[in-house]
Amino acid sequence: MRVENLLLAILLMAGVTYLIRVLPLVLIRREIKNRTVRSFLYYVPYVTLSVMTFPAMLSATSTTLSALAALAVAVVLGLRGCKLPVVAGAACLAVLLVEFLPL
Amino acid sequence: MNRRSWFYRGMRDGMPIAIGYFAVAFALGIKASIAHFSAPMAALLSLLNVTSAGEAAGIALISAGTTYVELAFTQLVINIRYLLMSCSLSQKLSPSTSLLHRFLIGYGVTDEIFGISSATQGTLSPYYSYGAIAVAVPGWTLGTFLGAAMGNVLPARASSALGVALYAMFLAIILPPARKSRVLAGLVAISMAASALLTALTRLLSLTWLTEGFRIILLTLLISFGAALLFPVREEGGEVCV
Repeated sequence: MRVENLLLAILLMAGVTYLIRVLPLVLIRREIKNRTVRSFLYYVPYVTLSVMTFPAMLSATSTTLSALAALAVAVVLGLRGCKLPVVAGAACLAVLLVEFLPL
Repeated sequence: MNRRSWFYRGMRDGMPIAIGYFAVAFALGIKASIAHFSAPMAALLSLLNVTSAGEAAGIALISAGTTYVELAFTQLVINIRYLLMSCSLSQKLSPSTSLLHRFLIGYGVTDEIFGISSATQGTLSPYYSYGAIAVAVPGWTLGTFLGAAMGNVLPARASSALGVALYAMFLAIILPPARKSRVLAGLVAISMAASALLTALTRLLSLTWLTEGFRIILLTLLISFGAALLFPVREEGGEVCV
């Protein structure tokens, strides 16, 4: 069924996300034993966030050049283990700087 | 420590998270307004979901046109990491923690709140979570509301700049652990390369059925499962839960 009702879509998203968060807290009191399942769940966030970030980040700004600058800044600061707001703020600044430069 | 001091400690630790959330949520609000969400609807989305990656994907899917099934499945796949975090938190709670507390804590399991909750000494007091939620979620919701309400009046350059905030945050989440582990570093590189390749292929061959959401699901399932088979994580208590 196509999404036509926005409120319904938001409630559906919230319901799924809440169930994911709350079910283990309510149901599972022991550690998951299956090694493959544990490994799969361990790798999921890294793959999902990587896939979502690239190449989408390159088309998130007005010019590809400014997006590349933000990507470079975020990679360098991220690798250095800077806090999330710092990395996010610096990447935004990089975009502003590059887009203001007369290139 | 009593309930009140745990609550205050949660608020204290949640404050930097609230500030960071505000900036990221502002960018998310801009995305939402571009996708024709009203500011109250965008705020409701953030209040009820509290998940940057899930909301960003949801907004992208809804604006591109999607089905309820695809929307629900995308949330399931993107947010499945919370399942693992909640598994870990269930071990950190006292076994006597009431069901009501468990239902309430579940609402606030985000990457960042999970991070500070795991770092507390001993068992986790539900009131610590409530304190963190009490400051972080308003920051997230208000940021989204203002981004959606004012994103349009921002200069084009400013909204262009804020557009990268979410992606920069994702990089800040995945890169530090990737630096410490060759497997994770390789996984991040392969995931990005595969995503770029599939995106290019989608455009080249005009595969309209291969939506962004479907690409995320497909690549996440395939690559994570492949990695789980090739590089099963060691059986150490805390390792898989960070």
